[in-house]
Amino acid sequence: MSVSRRIFIRDGVATVTLSLAAPSFLTAIAQAQSSNPNRRLVVVYLGGGNDSLNTIIGYRDAAYYNRRPSIAVPAGQVLQVGTDASGMAMGLHPQLAGLHAIFNEGRLALVQRTGYPNSSRSHFEASDIWGTANPQNSTTSGWLGRYLDTLPRPLDALAAWNTTGETPRALLSGQSGVPAIPNASTYTFGSPNRGQAALQERAAAQTMATNPAAGRPHLAYLNGASRGAIETLDRVAQASQYTPTVAYPNNGFGQSLRTVAGAIVRGVGSRVYWTTTGGYDTHAGQGGGGGGAYGQLMATLGGGVAAFYTDIRNQGLAADTTIIVFSEFSRRISENGSAGTDHGAAGVMMVLGGAVRGGLYGTAPQLSPGHPTLENNSGDVRFETDFRSVYARILDNWLGVNSVPILNGDFRAGAPAVF
Amino acid sequence: MARLNPEIDHLLRRAGFGLSAAEVDTYQDMSYSEAVAHLVDYEGSPDDVDERIGRPDHARVIPAKNTMRELFQPDIDIDDARQRWMFRMIHSRRPLQEKMTLFWHNHFATGYSKLATDSGMLQGAKLLVHKPGVLNGPAGQVETLRKQALGNFRNMLLEMAKDAAMLIWLDGQSNTKARPQENFGREIMELFTVGVGHYTEPDVYAAARVFTGWNLRGSTNYTNDDYADLNSYQEFSWRPDQHDTGAKTFSFPIYPDGRRTIQPRSESDGLQDGIDLINALVMHPETARRFARKWWNFFISEIQTPDPAFVEAVANVYLQNRSEIRPVIRFILTSPWFTDSANYFARFAWPVEYVTRAIKEVGWQNLELDKVRSPMAAMGQLLYEPPNVAGWHLGVDWFSTGTMLARANFAATVAAGQKEFLAASLLPQVNSADGLLTTMLNRVTPAPFDQAPQQALTTYLLADGPWRGTESELTTRAAGLARLLVGCSEYQLV
Repeated sequence: MSVSRRIFIRDGVATVTLSLAAPSFLTAIAQAQSSNPNRRLVVVYLGGGNDSLNTIIGYRDAAYYNRRPSIAVPAGQVLQVGTDASGMAMGLHPQLAGLHAIFNEGRLALVQRTGYPNSSRSHFEASDIWGTANPQNSTTSGWLGRYLDTLPRPLDALAAWNTTGETPRALLSGQSGVPAIPNASTYTFGSPNRGQAALQERAAAQTMATNPAAGRPHLAYLNGASRGAIETLDRVAQASQYTPTVAYPNNGFGQSLRTVAGAIVRGVGSRVYWTTTGGYDTHAGQGGGGGGAYGQLMATLGGGVAAFYTDIRNQGLAADTTIIVFSEFSRRISENGSAGTDHGAAGVMMVLGGAVRGGLYGTAPQLSPGHPTLENNSGDVRFETDFRSVYARILDNWLGVNSVPILNGDFRAGAPAVF
Repeated sequence: MARLNPEIDHLLRRAGFGLSAAEVDTYQDMSYSEAVAHLVDYEGSPDDVDERIGRPDHARVIPAKNTMRELFQPDIDIDDARQRWMFRMIHSRRPLQEKMTLFWHNHFATGYSKLATDSGMLQGAKLLVHKPGVLNGPAGQVETLRKQALGNFRNMLLEMAKDAAMLIWLDGQSNTKARPQENFGREIMELFTVGVGHYTEPDVYAAARVFTGWNLRGSTNYTNDDYADLNSYQEFSWRPDQHDTGAKTFSFPIYPDGRRTIQPRSESDGLQDGIDLINALVMHPETARRFARKWWNFFISEIQTPDPAFVEAVANVYLQNRSEIRPVIRFILTSPWFTDSANYFARFAWPVEYVTRAIKEVGWQNLELDKVRSPMAAMGQLLYEPPNVAGWHLGVDWFSTGTMLARANFAATVAAGQKEFLAASLLPQVNSADGLLTTMLNRVTPAPFDQAPQQALTTYLLADGPWRGTESELTTRAAGLARLLVGCSEYQLV
């Protein structure tokens, strides 16, 4: 058996991974745990409240330009995606060229005006509402946590993979812990030493955790968790050694998607991956002419997602992979005095993947004051599609579970037929 | 340094957070009963721990800067407050007071995030952690719990019913006669006293009506933005005009003579409704039994289910002492259930217990306490942020592969930070692998090892061949051994 050593130093703590082949029985457990064992969901959360009106632009709506004199995207720059059911001509932000290409392949669904009644304008509450799928009580478990609870026990330790440091509400559950693995190359066995001594520590820890602890079942339980952790390390290490088929953008979001691709290609078997990219709370200095701060956000989003989709497609795995993109709310229609936008209501959700039926879903807001697609004295966009109906579609038609108990209600009616 | 006798080591793990080298002098000449008295009658020990923040030979705090201020401000910054509490648990001369405060924090589990959403970051922190006298305004919730840690539960529950953080957390601030709010009315029975099965849904409605008018007000300069006047505050406000004055009838006795109905009162006397209900709930036999079971799990064992004889005995002590906590805890710590060696290492350490004991046993030289927050969150316990009003999920629920890895890697972080200090303190006394193992096990105290893991430790120490006795060998192996001992399953038990 060939063993290669990779040593990392972080905060003075050396970590070491062994590039052993993951025990195949572990992957087999992971794959046996689902009815659609190869299907996976990658969640992209745009933190801060994405300004959907500048993501997908009604570029022939004069009110759009009247109400956003300094931050509107010029009609000549948008990447046209056609006309929606209400006859609105729509276009993507110019920095979303990668997503535009996927749209043109018919694999990107743009679900306009998603939200829920009485949209919360609080970041904290709104993100919890999207996480719990419960606008009435947003302090319960998460919708994806409840999905994980439906998987057979014992649950594979990597049934889901959170690439952020803190567990989002959506993944919270009473029964299914989700490891936080921001970076596969540092999800490793920490040691105060380097080199040989660190490897020897790891070997000792593994031996200690293998002790059956006869007569002490509580200790045996803990040893099971320790063993699981050490064995998980090897599977995660495989993901970190993946060489992608495309260059990922060199930013945190791009690199987290690269990690996810590695996990998928190396057969780690996670059903749900959680990623996030922030900076969307654009109260000021959003930038005009398709550039500026918001242009940077779009470049990060579009570049990362397009690289990931291309990579996964090159690997022949696109048909088993669905990506959803959402934010906790959209933003006010009219720009504010600081060339930014304040907290708003309904926004765009994206669903893309090799099995997705792409296109424009729902109808765009029309921004002239008084139009019925608006609310809050025409300050905000009124929701048309309940976000929970999109969740329902994903649960029922993609992950292959009954959405009703998970969402505590039947939200299938009116769901966009993205699968 | 040395371990003390096994009985006192056990006592200090359970009624405190373990023993640091610096504390050996305090306890080494005490008998068991003297040690119990020292812990329980903690007013005899100086309450000087906060004054020692910033002194040499202590763990360090650093401003966490949530509020963009450059100072360490544990009364208004939640991450600074987290550091202060960790400092107290490591260095307090009153470890049982801190341990009980932790118990009460879980019992009255109130989360910072909701408070911050309601009142802003600064006021949200102040509601939980303000030490009375530092700024204007009432004590933060956890400071109230600390003051009452071994006091009378009746007084504590009354203070919690009027606690500003609680009034926001369980929505008492909006409990008015036109729109009774049931959140607090339910939880005071379900979670704070009798428990599920000992009240009815009509009791919940009645309790909500009892507490109508127990609301909140802000000081004149109060605002909920993060640049508010630090001396502004929120406090309990009794609003007689918002109190439902009608009769409230319960399924259990409210008065010692068995009457179940709180009779109609005038608005001006209406506050007494809540006091009557609190008195009844505090002295309800099921409250006494529920505490007995919780304290069984907290002090005796999470492996054995509560012994019915223990539950009845502890419940009786509680009721006979009119809900005074101190005599109950003294009874528990001197009971045969507590001292039974079969119950040593029969609890699963909470992350905060685990982290504190690891720091106390391995060392805190140059340790910055802000750095323990993120590992503790990965282990599943961020102080002042319980997952919900029911508190943390205890026992085996703390453990998954991810949380176990977080614990093991925290062991690596602590060992790495103390590498040079460990070697320096061991150098004079260690001249063999066995000597190192024996000396380290005198300081770092996992549950007893079976033969195989014990052998794995020796194998590790001698993995490069026979012991050579060099300083670099000792430096490497002492740190590696500390990492293995603190990161192993046996150490997760207390």
